[in-house]
This record gives sequence, C-alpha cells and structure tokens, in this order.
Amino acid sequence: MNSPPGVTRATLVKDLRLEWRSKDAINSMLFFALLVVVIFSFSFDPTAEESRRIAGGLVWVAFLFAAVVALNQTWARELRNQVLDAYRVSPARANSLFLAKVTGNFIFVSVLEALMTPLFVVFYNLRAIGPAYQLLFVAVLGTWALVVNGTFFAAMSIRTRSREIMLPLLLFPITIPALLAMVEATSSILTGEFSARFWIVLLAVYDVVFTTGCLLFFEIVLHGE
Amino acid sequence: MKRAFPIFAILTAGLLSYGLYGALIQAPTEQTMGDVQRIFYYHVPSAWTAFCLFFVNLVASIVYLVRRSPKVDALALASAEVGVVFCTVVLVTGPIWARPVWGIWWTWDLRLTLTLVLWLIYVSYLMLRRFSSSGQTPVMAAVLAALGALDVPLVYFSIWFFRTQHPQPVIGGGGSIDPRMLHVLLMNWLAFMCFAALVCWSRYRLEILRRQVEETQALESLLAGGSSR
Repeated sequence: MNSPPGVTRATLVKDLRLEWRSKDAINSMLFFALLVVVIFSFSFDPTAEESRRIAGGLVWVAFLFAAVVALNQTWARELRNQVLDAYRVSPARANSLFLAKVTGNFIFVSVLEALMTPLFVVFYNLRAIGPAYQLLFVAVLGTWALVVNGTFFAAMSIRTRSREIMLPLLLFPITIPALLAMVEATSSILTGEFSARFWIVLLAVYDVVFTTGCLLFFEIVLHGE
Repeated sequence: MKRAFPIFAILTAGLLSYGLYGALIQAPTEQTMGDVQRIFYYHVPSAWTAFCLFFVNLVASIVYLVRRSPKVDALALASAEVGVVFCTVVLVTGPIWARPVWGIWWTWDLRLTLTLVLWLIYVSYLMLRRFSSSGQTPVMAAVLAALGALDVPLVYFSIWFFRTQHPQPVIGGGGSIDPRMLHVLLMNWLAFMCFAALVCWSRYRLEILRRQVEETQALESLLAGGSSR
C-alpha cells in the first residue's frame, strides 16, 4: 500500500470509484463534446471530400475543449476536505499521485473519444482512405499528450485566482506542437494523401519529453512554497 | 550603481538616435523593395533582442529553481516582460513589411510561427504570474518557463515538417547583404540590446522596491495588530 505503485493504484481506484458513482466529469465532457460537434456541423456544411480534410481539426478541437472540462475537476475535488494538504504532509511520492491522476484522466478522455468518434463518423460521413489502424496510435499518443500536460497545468492553475480560466491559457500554447501533430496525422490518414508516420513519431517524442518534464517538476508544483 | 543608470540611459539614447539615422539615411535603399525594407533595421534587431531576453528568462528560471533567490526571480520577471514587448514589436513590424513585399500580411512560415508560439507561451507565462497567489508565483513561473523551453524544439520540428509538406510563398533567403546595411543592422541591434538592458534594469529595480514595500507593509500591519491587542 505504501509503495509508489500501491499509492498510484489506491488513488486511481478511488478516482474511478468516485467518477463511477457521480459521473460528473464524464457527463459534462460528453455533453460538451456533443454540443461542439453539433455547432461545428451547423458552422460548416461540408461535402464528404472537404469534411475529410477538416475533420482531423474538428475532432481534436472538440476533444481538447471537452478534456479541459474534465481536467479542471481533477484537482478541484481534492481541495475539498484538504486532501491535497494531507497528501503534501504524507510521505507518499508526489509522482505516484500524479501518475494516478494522469491515468484516471486518460481513461476518462479515452471513454469520451470512444463514444464521440462514431458520432463524428455519422455526422461527417467519414471514411479513412489511408491506413486506419494508425488512427489508434494517434488517438493513444495524442490523448496521453493532452492528459499529461493537462493534469500538470491543472495542478498549477488550481493555485491561481481564476482557476478554471487559467488551465486553457497555460495548456494551449504549450500543446500547440502536439495538437498540430494530432490534427495533421488524422487528416493525413483520412485523406490518404500523405504518410502520417512523421507526426506519429513527433507525438511519441512529445509524450516522452513532456512526461519526463512533468514528472521532474510535479513535486515542485505540488509543494510549491 | 545609481550613478551608472543615467549614464547608461544617455548612452542608450545616443545609440538609438545613431541607429535611427543609420536606418533612415545612412543605409542604402534596397533595389527591389525600396524604402519599405528599412523596417528591417527595427524588425530583426527586435527579434534578436527578444530571443536573448527569453533566453535570459530561461536561465534565470532554472537558476531560481536551484537557488530560490528572489532577486533572480525579479530578473526573470523583468526579462520576460520586456521580451514580450520586443516580440510584439517583431510581430507587428513583420506584417507591415510583408504586405507590400509578399503581398500578404502573414504566412505560416517556420520563423513566423515559431515567434508567434514563443510569444503565446510567454504571454501565458505573464498571465500565470499575474493570477497566481503571491507566495507561489516564482516557482510556478519558473517551471512554466522550463517546460516552455522544452516545447521550442518540438514546435520547430512540427512547423518545419508542416511547411515542407505544403507549398509556401518563396522568401528571398540566402543572398548576400550590403556591408553598409549589415553595419546599420548590427548598430541597431546593439542599441536595442542596450535599450532592453536599460528597461530590464529599471523594471528589476522597481520589482525589488515593490517587494520591499510589500514586506514592510505586511510587517507594519502585523505590528499594528500586535499592539492593538
């Protein structure tokens, strides 16, 4: 229980159980993403060929916005009852907590993506011309990139005055290369015009760099005096 | 130190005026672009100065994370603020030049996009400093600066590939520069660096003073609270 994996598991199980009982994050995310999809469909009335070209952008922008909704709740929950303070004085490693939160968010956002992707396919008449199995890599790596940075910056923004608005302000500029890679990879696969390999490699590099960076700095942010 | 500031200020003013004279009169007119090219003597030195300041900010942030000295943090703040101002100058003068020369205000070229992303990261840095509660600001800001630096090579490679994949307007790269133009350019860069150092210096002193005032006020209110009891 006191070992780092034990702490991670306990925190993750607690978060999943809380979410399973309340379904706060997942419901608000789902409905938000649905609204974004519907508004996008009203804003653009594309033909199948055009929609294939812009769908990569639309999908990821919708997921990004929806993920921010969930990420904001990650740490807010721990502020009530001073859980975060309790964690600070406990001897448990800060990174165990961080990994648990990242994994939890990864699961939530993946569930969201799994549920929303069929909707996108239906609304935009999507069909991948390129190798569709690569979309799985893009989804996993892209979601990890969003979630690892998002969880980190949510921990940062929880310390600021206007919490909810601060997260996207910090997250979006730093995530630009990852977002570009996700969008371009998805578009390349859907249109089949280019190879998505470079973008997938870039996403993998981004994930490695930022996972390392966040693990390196998380303790400082958690204790930040 | 106090004596040095006005002397340095006068020196900077002289350099800036000489730079302006060089840019408007001394430098030869460019053959194809004409006088609009003269904005180059402000655009490029601003860009170099901004990048230098962001680098100073990064070094100061890392030093802060190691040493936790409030003075280094004040330097990080000053360099970031002045850097954002210079970067804004770059982003404003660029389109003014690009419109008559390229025929477009903006293109998603490698350098343009990189500068814009850097500007965005540093604006978010300043926002974070503005909104976080005072005790934690320096640590959070230093961490953000370090992560932002990790981001720069990734942005570089992503835009580089993004642009090689899509066609773009050809920019007159390569080519040699007239030595007189180079002289004016370097002169202006020196003037801008001095100006940036001057502004950073006064901003730094202001920040240190502001903190002293805050500390004194906090101490006074503590003492007042103690005596009334």
